[in-house]
Amino acid sequence: MSAMELTVNGRGLRVEVEPRTHLADFLREQRLLTGTNLGCEHGVCGACTLMIDGVPMRSCLIPAVSCAGAQVRTIEDFDNDPLMARLRAAFSAEHALQCGFCTPGMLATARDIVTRLPDADDARIRLELSGNLCRCTGYVGLVRAVRRVLDGR
Amino acid sequence: MKAARFEYARPLNCAEAVGLLQQNAGRAKVVSGGQSLGAMMNLRLAQPELLVDIRAIDALRGCEVAEDVVTLGATTTHATIEDGRVTDPTRGLMREVAGGIAYRAVRNRGTLGGSLAHADPAADWVNLMALLDAQYVLQGPSGVRTVDTPNWMAGAFTTALREDEILTAVRIPRLSASARWSYCKVNRKAGEFAQALAAIVDDPARARRRALIGAIDGAPYVFDAGPLIDLWSDAAADLQLRRAGLKAGTYEYQIHLTALARAIAASRAMNRSAA
Repeated sequence: MSAMELTVNGRGLRVEVEPRTHLADFLREQRLLTGTNLGCEHGVCGACTLMIDGVPMRSCLIPAVSCAGAQVRTIEDFDNDPLMARLRAAFSAEHALQCGFCTPGMLATARDIVTRLPDADDARIRLELSGNLCRCTGYVGLVRAVRRVLDGR
Repeated sequence: MKAARFEYARPLNCAEAVGLLQQNAGRAKVVSGGQSLGAMMNLRLAQPELLVDIRAIDALRGCEVAEDVVTLGATTTHATIEDGRVTDPTRGLMREVAGGIAYRAVRNRGTLGGSLAHADPAADWVNLMALLDAQYVLQGPSGVRTVDTPNWMAGAFTTALREDEILTAVRIPRLSASARWSYCKVNRKAGEFAQALAAIVDDPARARRRALIGAIDGAPYVFDAGPLIDLWSDAAADLQLRRAGLKAGTYEYQIHLTALARAIAASRAMNRSAA
């Protein structure tokens, strides 16, 4: 076990982790933050995407122990985030989710698109979403939801 | 889908990292972003007993700008290059390539040096650095040494890096202001590793008119392509594709041929005065 400090959803923590425990397992099993989902666990599906130091990353590919000093933000911490509230409403209005498994990762990526690429066209949105797999929606609703927020509707 | 047990070290300087590698020869693996190694460890294709995380080493993050060459630290992330937060010595070529690697969430973590040390023949940087004739800077127990591009990659996933060395930086020659370039990647889905790669750097002012055929079985294949850039010839293209190890009539040959033809056309179309 290695002792380390990090910040999770605004709270400074001092924790002990096995080096082999990846960040997503640490969050889900030690912190009981089960909003972060695990799909493929080898960096392909994007379900575990969350924010580290303000940018989206794959939490299944990152040993928790390597996050010493980092600011980790999971989907649970975005309840009161105005932009995420708009994205949630848009996801609902455009039917951008069905089973919901990919949604936490999709929202992390969608939030990054809206903040980083305010001028993105639909093709760019689709390209940026290509690292997050959704097996229900066919992506049309997802692209429209991001579009809706970018357009300020 | 869970990594096997390993120990973890986070050295604060290169000497400490090299010392750890020396003491643990054969059982340690250097990691920076871990976007390839992490997946391989989760799949248990890699089971190092010790991970030496070099992300905390400040000296590996810098960007040093000189007149003819830009030196990028090994732990520079793809996203840092994509966003232009470091100097691009190649008139936008490196930025474009960086933006096409995997997905943003991967680019935020994955590093230039990690990709080069991993040396997947289908990855972008190891191919582009061959085309650009970059120089690799390595640090080991007996100090710093450099490796030129032709000697970097011996084959798939095999580099000049010894077990007790770390890649600290790459030195990338600047293209001239009138250089043209192109980069053509064929893959099944956006963000995946390439099935075929071809790229051109056409820089007569630096006496460099080169083409790359990449995502082949071994190290990237780079050749002097001036005549082919000036005038396409099926026979000349065929000769180079064969030299790259591709067999006429196969799917691999066909997509590499298509990539090469597209790369040459795109390089011709690039406006020399465009920045």
